[in-house]
Amino acid sequence: MPMVEASGVHKRFGRTEVLRGVDLTVQPGEVCCVIGPSGSGKSTLLRCINHLERIDAGRMRVAGELIGYRESGGKLHELRESEIARKRQDIGMVFQRFNLFPHRTALENVIEAPVTVRRVPKAQARRRAVELLDRVGLADRRDAYPAQLSGGQQQRVAIARALAMHPRLMLFDEPTSALDPELVGEVLDVMRGLAADGMTMVVVTHEMGFAREVGDALVFMDEGRIVEAGAPRTVLADPQHERTRAFLSKVL
Amino acid sequence: MAAPTDGTSRPAREDTGAAPVPITAVPVRHPGRWLAVAVLAVLAAMAVNTVLTNERFGWDVVAEYLFSEPILNGLRNTLVLTALSMLIGIVGGIALAVMRQSPNPILSSAAAGYIWLFRGTPLIAQLLFWNFLSALYPRLSLGIPFGPEFVSVDTNVLITQFAACLLGLGLNEAAYMAEIVRGGLLSVDPGQNEAAGALGMSRAQTLRRIILPQAMRVIIPPTGNETISMLKTSSLVVVIGYFELLTSAQRISNQNFQVIPLLIVAAVWYLALTSILTVGQGFLERRYGRGLTPERTGPALFPRKAAP
Ligand SMILES: Nc1ncnc2c1ncn2[C@@H]1O[C@H](COP(=O)(O)OP(=O)(O)OP(=O)(O)O)[C@@H](O)[C@H]1O
Ligand SMILES: [Mg+2]
Repeated sequence: MPMVEASGVHKRFGRTEVLRGVDLTVQPGEVCCVIGPSGSGKSTLLRCINHLERIDAGRMRVAGELIGYRESGGKLHELRESEIARKRQDIGMVFQRFNLFPHRTALENVIEAPVTVRRVPKAQARRRAVELLDRVGLADRRDAYPAQLSGGQQQRVAIARALAMHPRLMLFDEPTSALDPELVGEVLDVMRGLAADGMTMVVVTHEMGFAREVGDALVFMDEGRIVEAGAPRTVLADPQHERTRAFLSKVL
Repeated sequence: MAAPTDGTSRPAREDTGAAPVPITAVPVRHPGRWLAVAVLAVLAAMAVNTVLTNERFGWDVVAEYLFSEPILNGLRNTLVLTALSMLIGIVGGIALAVMRQSPNPILSSAAAGYIWLFRGTPLIAQLLFWNFLSALYPRLSLGIPFGPEFVSVDTNVLITQFAACLLGLGLNEAAYMAEIVRGGLLSVDPGQNEAAGALGMSRAQTLRRIILPQAMRVIIPPTGNETISMLKTSSLVVVIGYFELLTSAQRISNQNFQVIPLLIVAAVWYLALTSILTVGQGFLERRYGRGLTPERTGPALFPRKAAP
């Protein structure tokens, strides 16, 4: 069963059609990188996967289950807020602007969701958080507030925070775009490690090197459609579509 | 998985073996500040002198009444009214602000209507309304609408003078607090909502654990204002025959004609309460500023001389 299965996904904001029939399949353990020009709908697609945006047409399934809806008697029923929240627990998300909780220390950021949502005992959540912070190389910064951390460190805490919920799928929306060039590597290192551990990941990125090296699939989006998809090396070396070629010639 | 090589937190430093020489610069001098201090000191001394030596201030009368029973009774009422009305105001304000932001149009317009009504009519009118509710509805009852009643009480028994004061002050305050809280909620980065939502937190959990604590930083200063203002606004309860600090002072001066000393008595108490509230506010601001406001390391008024 695919981890993510989008078929004919449409999304409109008022008059503007942002996604115009997206089909995408991501198998468990796969790393799928999404590239494309600004405004092509990459973030929107990612946000539809965990129902931060609700889709207007088509079907979005994660691990075989519809996102945002329940199907019974041939009809779609909207899910309650609590049911949506329940499904989101299994999907981690990392944002371009980190979005750490600024009033909580690094450690408190990581234990927040397990304790309030999963009701994990505090001591146990703490132990796991310390492990995760160690894994992203921040064991010694656990008591720092986000404002006291560099961008790269904040993003690594954000990854640890998402991992604390034991997600089956991780979504990354340009995780390194807000970082100074010398901080990009430390975040990509963590993501590389995650991929090696078999995490299923959908990564919107402009880091073509990462896509080539770590990605199992590369998807090029333009104007709300997937224009080209395939093995990263093939797509990057020999793009079939004119628009892919034009885009790659600008970014490579 | 290997920890990332963290080259950033440990910057390479050239180890020359020698300790760095601390800077011993002569600080900038501020002669203007010393002059200002001198002028202010003289003015303050003059003010204290005239206030203390002018007999018409009646300091002996002030001393006589400062801790007198009627004043202390008034003070107690002021404190109780302020504390309880602010409690109603803050709780009600948070509820109204959350309702206003609700995606449910019925809730949000109900809250907007409430705020419109209670901010749009004079507080005195509201106090009088609650006090004279019994003229409109002599009995209040609980039951099924248009059906049988379970309990029914005399309005005058349920809404005492004190209850009318609390309803008037508290419900009015809630309307103002609602806008203060709403401003606070709006000040929080929308990304916080998304991050919490993506972690599977419910709307209520997000509000309580993530949004409100951050909004507090913006909510506290105007709430301090409201509380200090409520200390004095509560004197309006005199219109429905209740009394507090200022009323007590005026009742005494109506009898002994010592108007100014008794106003001073009231003012001293108001200042004392305001001081306590100000300290408490600073405490709360530090508590909720954690991680959000950088430690203040601003310039000192008079920088100390560099060590020789
Ligand atoms: N909440 C919204 N309301 C209205 N329009 C939106 C909203 N979110 C996104 N859009 C529009 O949808 C289009 C696609 O946005 P999206 O953020 O998905 O693009 P993107 O591919 O992620 O671009 P970028 O590389 O700049 O992040 C844009 O034209 C944007 O203006
Ligand atoms: Mg984007």
